[in-house]
Amino acid sequence: MADPATTEISVRFENISKSFGHVHVLKDVSASVPRGMTTCIIGPSGSGKSTLLRCTNLLEQPERGKIFIEGNDITAPGVNIDKLRVRVGMVFQHFHLFSHLSVIENVALALQKVRKLRKDEAEARAAVQIAAIGLKGFEHRRSSDLSGGQQQRVAIARALAMDPDVMLFDEATSALDPELVKGVLAIMRDLAFAGMTMLVVTHEMRFAREVAGQVIFMDHGQIVETGAPTQMFDAPQTPRLKYFLDQVL
Amino acid sequence: MFEGLRRIGETFFDPQIIAGVMPQLITVGLPNTLLLSVIATIIGIALGLVIATGLLASQRPVRFVCRGYVDLLRGLPHILTVYLIGQGLPLAGLSIFGKSTYAYAAFSIGLIESAYMAEIFRAGFQGVERGQVEAARTLGMTRWQAMLCVILPQGIRRVLPPLTGQFILVIKGTALVFLLGLTAAQRDIFSIAQDNSINNANLSSLTAAGLLYLALTVPMTYAVAAWGRRMQRGSQRGPKVVA
Repeated sequence: MADPATTEISVRFENISKSFGHVHVLKDVSASVPRGMTTCIIGPSGSGKSTLLRCTNLLEQPERGKIFIEGNDITAPGVNIDKLRVRVGMVFQHFHLFSHLSVIENVALALQKVRKLRKDEAEARAAVQIAAIGLKGFEHRRSSDLSGGQQQRVAIARALAMDPDVMLFDEATSALDPELVKGVLAIMRDLAFAGMTMLVVTHEMRFAREVAGQVIFMDHGQIVETGAPTQMFDAPQTPRLKYFLDQVL
Repeated sequence: MFEGLRRIGETFFDPQIIAGVMPQLITVGLPNTLLLSVIATIIGIALGLVIATGLLASQRPVRFVCRGYVDLLRGLPHILTVYLIGQGLPLAGLSIFGKSTYAYAAFSIGLIESAYMAEIFRAGFQGVERGQVEAARTLGMTRWQAMLCVILPQGIRRVLPPLTGQFILVIKGTALVFLLGLTAAQRDIFSIAQDNSINNANLSSLTAAGLLYLALTVPMTYAVAAWGRRMQRGSQRGPKVVA
């Protein structure tokens, strides 16, 4: 694994704090996501990992701290949030495919509305993405007619079609039936090995060990430990990570 | 006792009067009632959509103004609103529709309806899953694009049954336009029946009007109920999220 300190940084969190009401979800979190590799965030539920991920494209607004994407401070006042989000793809736990649209329309919508492509151009590009995730022939199905695994793959295709710099995955396999998890993880793995910069909140420890270049362990709104997967999983430094791994492995 | 029944029969159910007024009710009153209902509904939907968007706006002043609009129009007796707008606007020199009483009538009912429809739309839009909007926004779509391309088309499906229900209320609501004094050819079902009942000193023409209203509203009510049930079954077969 390349050293995060010397590789180029794609996303940098600086002293991020965020609370919902009286609950401090993120407490002064700083971290870096190196370009061209996968960073997995692990930790117990309620540890703030999803909130940190959602701060990355400002679905949640951090109260304090700064976030840089490719060197640009996205938390600065007056930043065009819509322009920023085009460069950051996101995949949700519950897919959130547009339920009134077909598979190809799901992928093509933002290409038309945001990238301003003509309908035929957008659909051509969408068709390529849909074929790439192995759903050729499903273009005109209603998204609700697909299995969860297929829906999640379409959601990945929808995000990738925008050609983002960074991909965020928020527990992308947690809502899937066990037998459908593999197919989605396989696509994420291919994407990681193709050099996509990814920030992945996951409970799939095998995936993290295999694919991640960097693993971040969060607990109680703080980053407890960061390192290469081998170090994190085989030689955890902190008692909290040790305890967490004992529970989940 | 039989005397009483006879009097009731004469006052409300005089077959000659009912038969006499029915042709006019059907050829003049019915088209006018339906036309008024449709125009008022179109105004109500168009304005209601705008107000609903305002009710869901992120800016507080916008929400505040739209909420006030809805509260005002839903809180006032409809008869008062029709009077104030239908007679008030021309009196105040705001003769936007010239001398056309018909237009003021349609406009005032449309305004009242817009408040009810705004609430229907707001509920429909709020029922659209938050994740749908988040998905649109993360793809770089603006708030407005998300509204237009995602919330609106999904919300519309949800609001069709309640909107149709509201249309039934509009049909009945148009009876209030008699207040504004329509010309003979512009009269709706109720206005014709009312004029007729005064001329004959007998209420049977109102009974005739009632029968006509029922013929419109009861089948529609059942159709809407059946439609709503079908929609509900449909949505249960919809996307399932496995937790």
